[in-house]
Amino acid sequence: MTEPLAKPKRKNPLARMRQPLLPPSARSRKAHELTLAAASGRFMLQCCSECGQYTYPPREACPNCLSSDLRLQDTPTGGVLLSETRIDVTSDPYYREHTPWRTGLVRLDCGPSIVTHLRGDCGGPGNRVVLSLQLDRGGQAVFFAKPIPETPNMEDDLQWLELTADPKHRRVLITDGRSPVAVALAQALKKAGATKIFIGVSDRWKPFNEQKSLESIDGIELVDLDLTNERSVQELAMDIGAKVEILINTADHVRPAHLFDAGAANTARDSIDYMVMGLMRLAQAFGPVMRSRGADGPTGAVAWVNVLSVHGLSNAPQFGVHSAAHAACLSLSQWLRTELRPGGIRVINAFSGPLDTEWFQTVPPPKVAPKALADAIVDGLKCGIEDIYVGDVAKDIEARLFDNPKAVEREAGQ
Amino acid sequence: MSGNILDAFARALASGAVRVIDLTHTLSPDFPVIVMPPELGQSAPFRMERISRYDASGPAWYWNNLSFGEHTGTHFDAPVHWYTGRDLPLNTVDTLPPADMIAPACVIDCSAEAERDADFLLTVAEVTAWEEKHGRIPAQSWVLLRTDWSKKRAAAYANLRADGAHTPGPDAAVMRLLVEERGIIGFGTETIGTDAGQAGHFSPPYPAHHYLHGAGRYGLQCLTNLDQLPPTGAMIVAAPLKIQNGSGSPLRVLALVQERSTG
Repeated sequence: MTEPLAKPKRKNPLARMRQPLLPPSARSRKAHELTLAAASGRFMLQCCSECGQYTYPPREACPNCLSSDLRLQDTPTGGVLLSETRIDVTSDPYYREHTPWRTGLVRLDCGPSIVTHLRGDCGGPGNRVVLSLQLDRGGQAVFFAKPIPETPNMEDDLQWLELTADPKHRRVLITDGRSPVAVALAQALKKAGATKIFIGVSDRWKPFNEQKSLESIDGIELVDLDLTNERSVQELAMDIGAKVEILINTADHVRPAHLFDAGAANTARDSIDYMVMGLMRLAQAFGPVMRSRGADGPTGAVAWVNVLSVHGLSNAPQFGVHSAAHAACLSLSQWLRTELRPGGIRVINAFSGPLDTEWFQTVPPPKVAPKALADAIVDGLKCGIEDIYVGDVAKDIEARLFDNPKAVEREAGQ
Repeated sequence: MSGNILDAFARALASGAVRVIDLTHTLSPDFPVIVMPPELGQSAPFRMERISRYDASGPAWYWNNLSFGEHTGTHFDAPVHWYTGRDLPLNTVDTLPPADMIAPACVIDCSAEAERDADFLLTVAEVTAWEEKHGRIPAQSWVLLRTDWSKKRAAAYANLRADGAHTPGPDAAVMRLLVEERGIIGFGTETIGTDAGQAGHFSPPYPAHHYLHGAGRYGLQCLTNLDQLPPTGAMIVAAPLKIQNGSGSPLRVLALVQERSTG
């Protein structure tokens, strides 16, 4: 079994904070097919369309029949541990700080043998394991093996924690307490073991219904945060920037507008100022300090989550401004991901379809309950997923965009 | 001595015989703005983003970009702001006659009433009582409603509840009296609007806006320091920004008050 992760002690202010280091990150373009799978939490390998053989590592042609028709596809995860290696000494700067590190050779039931990171309690050769594709702290795909059956405190395995962004013992900032997701998110984070949850609230002079529900959650603190105000964002970062290990940006601004309406430009400006410029202001204020704290102990800064609309991937004309603003947020988020990578901070995008909330009142089901979105975000953090698709609409659009983006665009306009 | 009024005025300013009182709130991001139902267009709040502060973006200078709605902070309402004033001549801030920017003020103190009742309404009765004490309100003067509301902050200032804002203001009859019979130049308040918080339910809705602007008169709101003004005799300087086709603007409002001791 794994030792449960102890609540970290207060830092010694005389001790130097370690600089973040990253595991080796060179990958071929073909190998990024695995990054695609790992980012959304899927286990996929190349499979030959001609002879049906699974292949690893990713190749240009099937080693069995030489067909070039190798397709990435969902793959059975079970296998047998053939051997294990415990690394105590290494010249790699990142792994030097994480020894002993366990790796092993696993033969998958579907054929290929794979070198993989091993959870501490996988036992010895001959044991059954399940494999997953994970993103390491450098954002690259790696394999990870877990034992079957599961063992106590599995989620606290130190190697596993390097591949995830578990809220346990961490402090979280939810940027918009007025968001319909805020209450459910705070509750889910609390349940997941977050020690402190800061919740940003703008315009405290404007009352809002959820304030009482938020205040009743133990361990939360409402803080002044107005994403449209550069000074407000900076002042909060000055106060608590060095205490935020997970930032969840729940900012959203849903206002229906027709492109040709006289007031559409104002709606667009409001939405873009709040969401896109708001994300920019957050990035400028919280990005540098979070990046610097990526190796600040086992519960250092670890993740930045943006709650996005799946229509940012392809415009939904009924919510055209909203879609356009989320598309810009997605682009900014990719930029942020690159900027935060040297700190080992994961940037996670949670794509949701319309929420079951007031602004989507006229949208027919299926809609996403705020609790479902909150649970998916916390689950994504615990599993180290980069692109989370929540609800039927988001999953459908993801699959259809993979297949034919033009069809998604045309059908949305009908 | 000299018969030149401005000479005498300059000496009075220098000697302190005429005091200048600032009736303006600081324009800051935290100051509440009027809130409309969310599906309607909203006034942008005051925001300031730095261009440079003796740094790489401007090594020797400090300056900012500003953004705000026309009706933000202590601000001026021009007649074109309301539909009733839309067809009048000179109804925008850029065409406002400069002579109208300086005018005397009558200050009606209802601070005690507003303290007791957030929905206090100024009615003809209060104006009649005021006139019995201080004389008839002269034409072309401002009427400023003192409520001490400017001393409240944030949520207490906006005073938003589930059924809307609760702040004092005038009723419809008193606005007709002031505009049509007294011929005032404008009406000023310490609250977010010239109208009461619940004035949308009056007949006509928003009577201060309706009657003032329909007659080409002006509004001033979010004023402060009205408690430092005498009931009569203060001179108001209120010059909005010269914005093309502007319906209003934030501005610096000054009051000139002659000290009683100097004769």
